[in-house]
Amino acid sequence: MKIQNWLKGLVLATAISVPAWSAPPSFAATPDDILVVANRIDDIISLDPQEMFEFAGTDYANNVYDSLVSFDPKDLSKGYEPSLAESWTISEDGKTFTFTIREGVKFHSGNDLTAHDAEFSLRRAVGLNKTPSFILTQFGFTPDNMESTIKATDDRTLVVVTDKKYAPSFVLNCFTSAISYIVDSKEVKSHEKDGDWGNEWLRTNSAGSGAYSLVSWKPNESYTLNANPDYWRAKPAMKRVIVRHIQESATQRLLLEKGDVDVARNLSPEDIAGISGNSDLAVDEDLRGRIMYISMNQKDPILSKPQVIEALKYLVDYKGMEGAFLKGQWKVHQAFLPLTYMGELKDQPFSFDVEKAKGLLSEAGYPDGFDVEIIVRDAQERVEIAQSLQNTFAQAGINVSLIQGTGKQILGKYRARDFQIYLGAWGPDYPDPHTNADTFASNPDNADEAQHLGKLAWRNAWAIPELTAMTEAAVQETDNAKRAQMYVDIQKEHQKVSPFAEMFQKNEQTGRRANVSGFVTGSAVTAVYYWTVTK
Amino acid sequence: MNNAAGTATQKRREGSSPLLKRLRGLTTVLLSIIATLVGLLFITFLIGRVMPIDPVLAIVGERASKEVYDAAYLSLGLDKPLIVQFGVFLQQVFTGDFGISRLTARPVSDDIIRVFPATLELASVATVFGVLFGVPMGVIAAVHQGKWQDQLIRLFGLFGYSMPIFWLGLMGLLIFYGILGWVGGPGRLDVFYDDLVPVITGMILVDSLIAGEIDIFWNAVSHIILPASLLGYYSLAYISRMTRSFMLEQLTQEYIITARVKGLSEHAVIWRHALGNVMIPLITVIALSYANLLEGSVLTEVIFAWPGLGQYLTTALLSADMNAVMGGTVVVGLIFIGLNLFSDFLYKVVDPRAR
Amino acid sequence: MTDNTNHSPPVTVLSSLQAWLTTETPQSRFQAKMTQLYRGWQSLRSNPLALVGFLILVTLILVAIFAPLLATHGPSEQNLAMRLAPPGSEGYLLGSDEFGRDIWSRIVFGSRITLMIVVLVACTAPVFGLLVGTVAGYLGGWPDMVLMRITDIFLAFPRLVLALAFVAALGAGIENAILAISLTAWPPYARIARAETLTIRNADYISAIQLQGAGSLRIITGHIWPMCMSSIIVRVTLDMAGIILTAAGLGFLGLGAQPPMPEWGAMISAGRKFLLDHWWVATMPGLAIFIVSLGFNLLGDGLRDILDPKGEQS
Repeated sequence: MKIQNWLKGLVLATAISVPAWSAPPSFAATPDDILVVANRIDDIISLDPQEMFEFAGTDYANNVYDSLVSFDPKDLSKGYEPSLAESWTISEDGKTFTFTIREGVKFHSGNDLTAHDAEFSLRRAVGLNKTPSFILTQFGFTPDNMESTIKATDDRTLVVVTDKKYAPSFVLNCFTSAISYIVDSKEVKSHEKDGDWGNEWLRTNSAGSGAYSLVSWKPNESYTLNANPDYWRAKPAMKRVIVRHIQESATQRLLLEKGDVDVARNLSPEDIAGISGNSDLAVDEDLRGRIMYISMNQKDPILSKPQVIEALKYLVDYKGMEGAFLKGQWKVHQAFLPLTYMGELKDQPFSFDVEKAKGLLSEAGYPDGFDVEIIVRDAQERVEIAQSLQNTFAQAGINVSLIQGTGKQILGKYRARDFQIYLGAWGPDYPDPHTNADTFASNPDNADEAQHLGKLAWRNAWAIPELTAMTEAAVQETDNAKRAQMYVDIQKEHQKVSPFAEMFQKNEQTGRRANVSGFVTGSAVTAVYYWTVTK
Repeated sequence: MNNAAGTATQKRREGSSPLLKRLRGLTTVLLSIIATLVGLLFITFLIGRVMPIDPVLAIVGERASKEVYDAAYLSLGLDKPLIVQFGVFLQQVFTGDFGISRLTARPVSDDIIRVFPATLELASVATVFGVLFGVPMGVIAAVHQGKWQDQLIRLFGLFGYSMPIFWLGLMGLLIFYGILGWVGGPGRLDVFYDDLVPVITGMILVDSLIAGEIDIFWNAVSHIILPASLLGYYSLAYISRMTRSFMLEQLTQEYIITARVKGLSEHAVIWRHALGNVMIPLITVIALSYANLLEGSVLTEVIFAWPGLGQYLTTALLSADMNAVMGGTVVVGLIFIGLNLFSDFLYKVVDPRAR
Repeated sequence: MTDNTNHSPPVTVLSSLQAWLTTETPQSRFQAKMTQLYRGWQSLRSNPLALVGFLILVTLILVAIFAPLLATHGPSEQNLAMRLAPPGSEGYLLGSDEFGRDIWSRIVFGSRITLMIVVLVACTAPVFGLLVGTVAGYLGGWPDMVLMRITDIFLAFPRLVLALAFVAALGAGIENAILAISLTAWPPYARIARAETLTIRNADYISAIQLQGAGSLRIITGHIWPMCMSSIIVRVTLDMAGIILTAAGLGFLGLGAQPPMPEWGAMISAGRKFLLDHWWVATMPGLAIFIVSLGFNLLGDGLRDILDPKGEQS
């Protein structure tokens, strides 16, 4: 029953002789060397790579900046590989990393890219101390010691010294993330104000060496990039990339169908299904890193009972949701590491089982259930999941009231440990298993005053000395096979006892014109690439 | 002739010289503007304080550690007493500085200069549409009260009025853009025309004409026509309703009967005398509806990817970007105050009874 | 009502009742009121469109009362296997939504919420606005200044900011959403009432009453309010659809009706995601809102003719 077909008939029947608007016809399709992307980009609040921490921002930075270590967009599963650093060596004690910087790379400004730029950028990340800084400061870098721990010994050599031994894969993975992107030190320094590391300027400007440079950014509207013809990896086929902020899925779909955009990145499952028969269009799928989960505050006397925790894990209709309103966009996944990560765990021990849950609830002393509140951000997808939970929990007598709020409101409650059940998503900060292990399975001090705000285990008041120790051990293991096994073990234990019910992993569905190819969205490890696109 | 309803102020004014009278009037107006503005700012400020949204979190995000959070807290000046914060804020506003938007990383004034013309353009075209069709429709409906013309116009107005705008907007896009291709898609221009016209007023329709870029002008027209006629449909429904109501009142008045008896043509009676007399309340209604449109229609802006004030304000509010909220509120406030003064002024000038 | 109604045969009852209701010389205040009401009913009957509007609203009230009998499913009963079923599917008269909930049953139960929103807003905002506007317009001078400055402040405030802030401060929920809407809805009424007052306060008959020594309060409530009624009523009826949709807008931001409450506006908002392929999810509640606001508008027009004292004079 498609209204579109019905309308088509109606409109054609009645409107044959009506003249078109006098406007000149818009282009039937976008020009061959311009890529137009429809995306939600209202989360960009800064273009400074050492400050940004949002999806759309990282997409931008991944094309404007380069890092010492990065990925091959044609095969992301290979893992990190040399980029601006053409090679590196690691000392015997595993603490000193010596990078050799690639020769002949230039910034958009024409300045040569040297080890001094790398030194400046990494120190800038530590010195600015913005939200993502912890990705680097977890190696012991501080504003006081960075003069000696991050140092360019000549134009081509950068030496980085960590405070203790870490798995090299962990350190190098962190060097692929946006916080480690190399900025043009001369350019940025020239815009420095009151020791702000040029932050105010770089928030709205670019100073990179990547495949594209910034032309303009209009917040909540669009950003435009121009190709860097001298890009060291390849000459980008798309001379210009325009990313437009289009909030509604339906609007994105219409633009895509009309050929006014080449790529639509936020299509709902229904709109994906709606374009599936159109031979001018294609849909790409890519498993991303975000995990959708619910978590139970362990300060709550009911929710801290092990049987209650287990019961709730059996009251989630995983398959039902996956097959219905989450179709194609979220896949059932019940461990905290995203699939494709080192140490991934594919086990799915839980399924929707009301009888089992009821039994567990009686064991815990709540045969008739209880009342509970779920806090959730007012994003439609999450509210839908919440409503499904409300429905399935009720089947075991658990009466759920949903507390919706804006993202910041809900987050505020979560960080203040002021909630019963939280429903939300977590995306990895850098492509190493430690990122999620550190937050889901590590809580060095459960006291309120400890304020380990970045750790989900702390936010849920979950005291776990043993798991914390296991996580600590895994991050120092230098043998990759052993390290992977350690994460599998941690996740198995986590699955069994934790107050977290991981439910789904994000699967990104991108609608594109059939003539567009090479649009890589970055999988679970990185962000989108525009320079690989051809038409 | 001054009756008991005449106010004390008016009595006092009569004794003064015309110049003094005008000066005093001007001062009163100025004072009232300032009073309204300060009241507006005070409430906005209070809102910023009572909203259970943490402005610090809006900047630092979910992952921030305690140290990062605390640093941002201090840099926002949130550690100072409330009254000091309000003082600092007032001082800034009266020097025209709304501070930096936390969300766009640029001065709020720049942001508003960027987003407001988009809303102004849309609202103006919509209002022209609403008045051009709404007033005659209202008059016709009143003249033919109860007849088929009246019912038809009523139904037509009602239809638009009762339809959720995002439903109508999406359907409009689907039909006129998706299927027929008569109008431009979402956004103010085709992307390829972006940034080609020098920004003077910020309204593309005007700027492109100034620059002599006729192609761009027509492209902008093709983009604005759909959202503007949808919004215009809403104000049309309202304006025609109110026109009809005002006209019905007038048409039963004695002077109309007298005019008819005197043998004036029906046309003159209706369009000159009756409509002339409802002009003032009508202008109030139009001003109100224009002002409402200038506030920005969030849903329309979202569906048509129209980067206007409504979206800007809502996003800012939901992220507790209070600098931006205050800036936007002041702008919207000034518009309302301006339009109200204007309609007050009309009452005084045009309607001798209210003098 | 009167004694004879108990003893006389039906026909006489009716005719005597009619006589009682149509008398030119009512014996009591109550009878006078009833007479007025009856006349109102008669003029309503003579205006078919207004009658239609009246019937729509009566239907709304009946549906709200008998919702459990009319509904075929529970309003929040989910069935993911039957999601997005088109209208007319087995057991789903108007189709099902994204959770496989029956849209018909949700609309039926949602009528209660709509009724509540409409009644509460209509009883607060216009009354308050009328009070402020007429007092300001009639008294003039500094009360006018102060009242209109306050009105201006609220009017000048971006409505969404005010409503959002209010709801955010008090907590999400349908009651607070209604309060917030009233808070933002009254200033236009105040301005319209003031405008009307300004044009009539110097009228001869007001002067005449003043000369008889009537107090301001009596003049405002007894003589100015009735004159403002027509504009206010037209405005209220026109606003009703908007009010329901505003409540929906708040609902969509998570600040209005909380799921799984079957609030119509929230149902449309949720359904817009499916509009291009599953039109009924948003369109059915949209139709419900459309019909109800049509009812309000038609009735409002009729009421205008009945309540308008100026209309009666002619």
